[in-house]
Amino acid sequence: MYINDVKMNWEEVIEETRDFLSEEFEIDRNLILPENNLKDTLDLDSLDYVDLVVLIEENLNIKITGEDFKEIVTFGDFFKLVRKKLAL
Amino acid sequence: MSQRVVVTGIGIYSCLGQNLGEVTQSLYAGKSGIVFDQQRKDFGFRSALTGMVQEPDLKNQLSRRQRLGMHQPAIYAYVATKEALDMSGLDIDFLEKSETGIIFGNDSTAASIIEAVDRAKEKKDTTLIGSGAIFQNMNSTVNMNLSTIFKLKGINFTLSAACASGSHSIGMGYLMISQGLQERVICGGAQEINPSSMASFDGLGTFSVRESEPQKASRPFDKDRDGLIPSGGAATVILESYEAAVKRGAPILAELIGYGFSSNGDHISNPSVDGQIRSLRMALKQAQVTTHEIDYINAHATSTVVGDGSEAKAIYEVFGADVPVSSTKSMTGHECWMAGASEIVYSILMMQHSFIAPNINFENPDEDSARINIIPETKQQPIDCFLSNSFGFGGTNSTLILKKV
Repeated sequence: MYINDVKMNWEEVIEETRDFLSEEFEIDRNLILPENNLKDTLDLDSLDYVDLVVLIEENLNIKITGEDFKEIVTFGDFFKLVRKKLAL
Repeated sequence: MSQRVVVTGIGIYSCLGQNLGEVTQSLYAGKSGIVFDQQRKDFGFRSALTGMVQEPDLKNQLSRRQRLGMHQPAIYAYVATKEALDMSGLDIDFLEKSETGIIFGNDSTAASIIEAVDRAKEKKDTTLIGSGAIFQNMNSTVNMNLSTIFKLKGINFTLSAACASGSHSIGMGYLMISQGLQERVICGGAQEINPSSMASFDGLGTFSVRESEPQKASRPFDKDRDGLIPSGGAATVILESYEAAVKRGAPILAELIGYGFSSNGDHISNPSVDGQIRSLRMALKQAQVTTHEIDYINAHATSTVVGDGSEAKAIYEVFGADVPVSSTKSMTGHECWMAGASEIVYSILMMQHSFIAPNINFENPDEDSARINIIPETKQQPIDCFLSNSFGFGGTNSTLILKKV
């Protein structure tokens, strides 16, 4: 599939996501693993979810809402949501 | 009972330098911070001249969340305030357990608002503006960011009074402390320098177009001036009760002894000699000093015919011909919301190093400036007591008097 005019497979989407999350939230990208807790690992407060929505729109060109985060606990949950939105 | 109010720390980030040492050298050398900025020409400015300050990278000093809410005014103010706190010997551990407030002068956040609104228009979704914009966009951006970063527990607000904002912020901090309501207040002024913040001012045609000679363009009191030059950065002045300063062994740089103010109640942009005289006289009366005790006046003069003329008339009327006067705006340009605070910092540096910084580019007086004692070149001279004027749009006037302790 193409994201922002770049052809990517699912593994590349995951790596891209780990890159932009670690860069924005200033954490070690190796901590972004499916089993780890998203909120705790990224140290998110209520304002940070807004920036997460912005990041996903900018980097993956998909829209996620606050409602979508209600079901997300781990990065694994998060990647599933992204995959669903990308319809991969 | 009225408390004595002293200055225990100063900090500066301006087109004359990024710290007190650099700025002292520039003031002494009579160095201009004015440049030609091509970005302004491309934008459609009538004048491409501006004071130029670099935007510091705070990544190693502040967390992502702390940085997100900061645009130019807060960023510059953070750097100046950190320097002032360090000088004063104040750290976060002390601040969060003490009665320390912040009253900072600021009167615009133009660029951050335009960036946020443009983004919402492009995306047609306000969520995509991001979480930091609201804290950048509000006029109180400086105090909301700095009070959070430095864990301040006292008074906390922004003061907006056009080009007298910085001066009134110091006056207001002075009143808080002298009345016994606060032990310590971080005062100052911040001014963004991006084109968005100054486009409408440029549109009035009041900026100098001497673009071939940027460093000669700001010429307060000179007959051949052709307008002011915008500038910016931030300046911080830490005020403290004398008692609290002595108790913690803080450095005492000066005592603030007089705050005068007035409103012209007349034209929205034209100055008023009468309004300025009332501000000067109020400050002198409150300070209980005679005009002969003032060793130096740091003038508001911005390099406009009407503004400089009116201030020269007011100074002559109140002080006569002898007191030394200079406008540091000849070097900095007009630092607008920041100017009233930065000019206190510049004057304290002169007091500490016993010199009067020059009113550069003062080559030919006009009828008004010929009647007062303008200092065109650096002069070695002790300063025990100085006065600083700030006048703003809307006819808001502020005068501060400080002396050595």
